[in-house]
Amino acid sequence: MYEILKKTVWQEQKPRITEFLVRAPEIARAHQAGQFVILVADEHAERIPLTIADKDVEKGTINILFQEVGKSTMCLGMLKEGEEILHIAGPLGKPTHIEKFGTVVCVGGGIGIAPVHPIAEAMKAAGNQVISILGARSKDLLIYEERMKAASHDIRITTDDGSYGRHGFVTDELKAMIEEEKIPIDLVVVIGPPIMMKFVCKVTEPHKIQTYASLNTIMVDGTGMCGACRVTVGGKTKFVCVDGPEFDGHAVDFEEMMMRQRQYLPEEKLAVELCEKQTCHKS
Amino acid sequence: MSEEKQTKEAPKPKPKRPKIPRQPMPEQDAHARAKNFESVTLGYTMEQAVVEATRCIQCKKPYCIGGCPVAIDIPGFIQLVKDKEFLKAAQLVKRTNLLPAVCGRVCPQEEQCEAVCVLGKKQDPVAIGRLERFVADYEAEHGEIPLPEFPPKTGKKVAVVGAGPGGLTVAGDLIQQGHDVTIFEALHKAGGVLVYGIPEFRLPKAIVEREVEYLQRLGVELKLNHVIGKIRTIDQLMEEDGFDAVFIGSGAGLPWFMDIPGENLNGVFSANEYLTRNNLMKAFDFPSYDTPIKKFKNVAVIGGGNVAMDSVRTALRLGADNAYIVYRRGREEMPARQEEIEHAEHEGVKFKNLTAPVRILGNDEGWVTALECLEMELGEPDASGRRRPIPVKGSEFILEMDAVVIAIGTSANPLIAQTTPDLKLNRKGYIEVENETTCRTSKKGVFAGGDIVTGSATVILAMGAGRNAANAIQNYLQTGEWWSPNGTPEN
Ligand SMILES: Cc1cc2nc3c(=O)[nH]c(=O)nc-3n(C[C@H](O)[C@H](O)[C@H](O)COP(=O)(O)OP(=O)(O)OC[C@H]3O[C@@H](n4cnc5c(N)ncnc54)[C@H](O)[C@@H]3O)c2cc1C
Ligand SMILES: Cc1cc2nc3c(=O)[nH]c(=O)nc-3n(C[C@H](O)[C@H](O)[C@H](O)COP(=O)(O)OP(=O)(O)OC[C@H]3O[C@@H](n4cnc5c(N)ncnc54)[C@H](O)[C@@H]3O)c2cc1C
Ligand code: SF4
Ligand code: SF4
Ligand code: FES
Repeated sequence: MYEILKKTVWQEQKPRITEFLVRAPEIARAHQAGQFVILVADEHAERIPLTIADKDVEKGTINILFQEVGKSTMCLGMLKEGEEILHIAGPLGKPTHIEKFGTVVCVGGGIGIAPVHPIAEAMKAAGNQVISILGARSKDLLIYEERMKAASHDIRITTDDGSYGRHGFVTDELKAMIEEEKIPIDLVVVIGPPIMMKFVCKVTEPHKIQTYASLNTIMVDGTGMCGACRVTVGGKTKFVCVDGPEFDGHAVDFEEMMMRQRQYLPEEKLAVELCEKQTCHKS
Repeated sequence: MSEEKQTKEAPKPKPKRPKIPRQPMPEQDAHARAKNFESVTLGYTMEQAVVEATRCIQCKKPYCIGGCPVAIDIPGFIQLVKDKEFLKAAQLVKRTNLLPAVCGRVCPQEEQCEAVCVLGKKQDPVAIGRLERFVADYEAEHGEIPLPEFPPKTGKKVAVVGAGPGGLTVAGDLIQQGHDVTIFEALHKAGGVLVYGIPEFRLPKAIVEREVEYLQRLGVELKLNHVIGKIRTIDQLMEEDGFDAVFIGSGAGLPWFMDIPGENLNGVFSANEYLTRNNLMKAFDFPSYDTPIKKFKNVAVIGGGNVAMDSVRTALRLGADNAYIVYRRGREEMPARQEEIEHAEHEGVKFKNLTAPVRILGNDEGWVTALECLEMELGEPDASGRRRPIPVKGSEFILEMDAVVIAIGTSANPLIAQTTPDLKLNRKGYIEVENETTCRTSKKGVFAGGDIVTGSATVILAMGAGRNAANAIQNYLQTGEWWSPNGTPEN
């Protein structure tokens, strides 16, 4: 059992974004930037992957942030401080390859800002010049701004509605940095909705800027046993949970990945409906 | 039939007895069971068990024992059944087999103990597996086997990686030697394939839970959600956490795909995913359980082993109109247990034997619509001794399909090897051991057994390996002796 020590709601408006500070000393100790956990909230719950957004090895805690996009994340969001999560397995996946590259741009979109945070931190610690681009739909949907500032040398913000920072998408900012500001970028790390990652990769590809994309496929076990998380990278089938989650973004077949993410759409809808009618097993 | 002939070496057995037929196994009606996830076989009644037990002629030189990888005292326990001493029978079985309720259900008995039972020469062999299941189930219902006496604590600590049948056996044996044992299991439930792979209708999960609880009562510590290689490495377990020996029983696991076009379409699953969703996550009970699985109309399962049979029978139970086995060889060559093939046939599974898939077709939304296949014919035997399938030119045909489950095998999971560089692997990525008896790996103090050494095999073979490894670990903990691959022992 993993106790929720602190609950922070970053955004009340739907889809709600919540952060948990969870007691998990062994996971905190083993965690490296880029890794995730799989958690099972209760006896009837799914196994869902969430990135470790922060940790405190001394205190034995990890932070996880999630957006309530479906039944499992909605149920998770109902848990209160002091309550417990039944199972958490991790850290899973390969850690991000951290070294001194030079200038590293960390791009986080929406909830993806949280998982990009430990990577920015580690890249900075490794002596890189870290510039972060954070994208959100509007100002009040922006998360982790302070923590990302601390983890970066420079920070850029974009909002879809122009309520804060540049009016536009993260790709607009990135393009401007490359083409107008002519910043020599050695590496881009991007985490966010697949469509955003796809377009970020499209921006960097012609400039031959190496780009890591952290993929968020559907998963079951997270240990390389089931193949649910498979994606095509460079024409080969890879398992995101053990070969990733990060891959060379220019080689990822994003179209296929997005298609595979839609697999359970009707079931997901049904689950949410039942949940909202309070006829699910929780009520 | 003369009994002297059957047991040549043995002194003359008891005088002749009437021929009693092998007692049939009561089963749920095939039509009804194809729609539910309840046990297919119902188990012997007490009367049937006693009758079946009287069939055993109590050979003085019982071949059956040699056919059992953990050498259960088969005539011994069968005699106790005959005497209606069911609890004592269960106790006797449990002395060598920690999981009799499991093995009695899923062992390929026809290739093991029952294959060598002398009765089998002239008539049907004694139903050893069914009797084993009977005594285990009887014990579960009627009594608690008292906890065994423990020797004093040795102060030695052993780590077991993986809570499959191999790991559970090692843990059970070593805790009874007075060592401290901790099992690290990656998933949120213990049991390995017994909980995530083999379906409820063949092996009720309550049985596995009960056995795992028994181990915990014996004092085994169970740490779920611990993926070794990630949360801790083998080196950390030994150098920092104070474990004196480690057993790796992490199973095979990485599913194979076929490398044919269309394999990543929606509706294509590995058998592991399909079965895990259902067994471990109980997707058949969606939305009461959160994990979904689709109800498909036409499902093709590719393969001919136990895993394929479990998948196809699961598809039927989930409501498929047509559930097919697509297998490139003939029925004779199928590696699945005979009983499972028959059960599948009775339940209405359609067999497309001598058929190989070549392509999976899909629609614009990325969903499977059909499976293109090729007819095969059998040629000369290949390395496995089975006749090699050869494609028949121009025989392509299309089967309408909305899901394809791939059950063509698994390979070694690389997670532990990746973080344990001094652990020697064989060509296929499985862990290399000195031999089957010692289970010693190339790394001092580290032992391995089960599917991670042999590749996908059977429950009882994994348990046999566990038994051997436990003996070898006991020996190592007492003497500190190790081996060197060059032949000179090390200390
Ligand atoms: C390695 C990894 C790290 C992740 N880290 C985070 C994180 O830090 N914070 C966070 O909020 N989410 C993260 N995700 C995504 C998260 O796992 C999903 O949002 C969650 O499983 C959805 O579950 P649900 O039942 O609430 O929604 P569902 O009902 O399952 O799905 C609702 C919607 O989300 C989409 N969806 C389903 N599963 C996923 C998925 N795995 N990834 C993306 N979209 C999905 C569906 O297509 C659907 O549109 C991560 C995913 C992976 C693979
Ligand atoms: C669908 C199916 C049907 C089968 N039917 C039969 C049958 O009828 N009869 C029969 O005899 N055999 C059958 N088998 C085969 C049999 O189940 C296996 O041979 C047996 O379970 C192997 O046991 P094991 O202990 O080696 O490993 P497993 O049972 O595979 O258990 C390994 C365990 O280790 C865990 N693990 C893996 N990696 C790590 C890690 N890094 N850290 C911690 N834990 C880890 C896994 O999660 C798992 O729980 C079947 C197999 C399948 C898949
Ligand atoms: S464990 Fe398996 S092989 Fe041994 S007696 Fe039982 S059924 Fe036969
Ligand atoms: S089970 Fe068969 S081989 Fe074993 S003792 Fe009885 S008759 Fe003999
Ligand atoms: S989630 Fe099962 S293999 Fe990756």
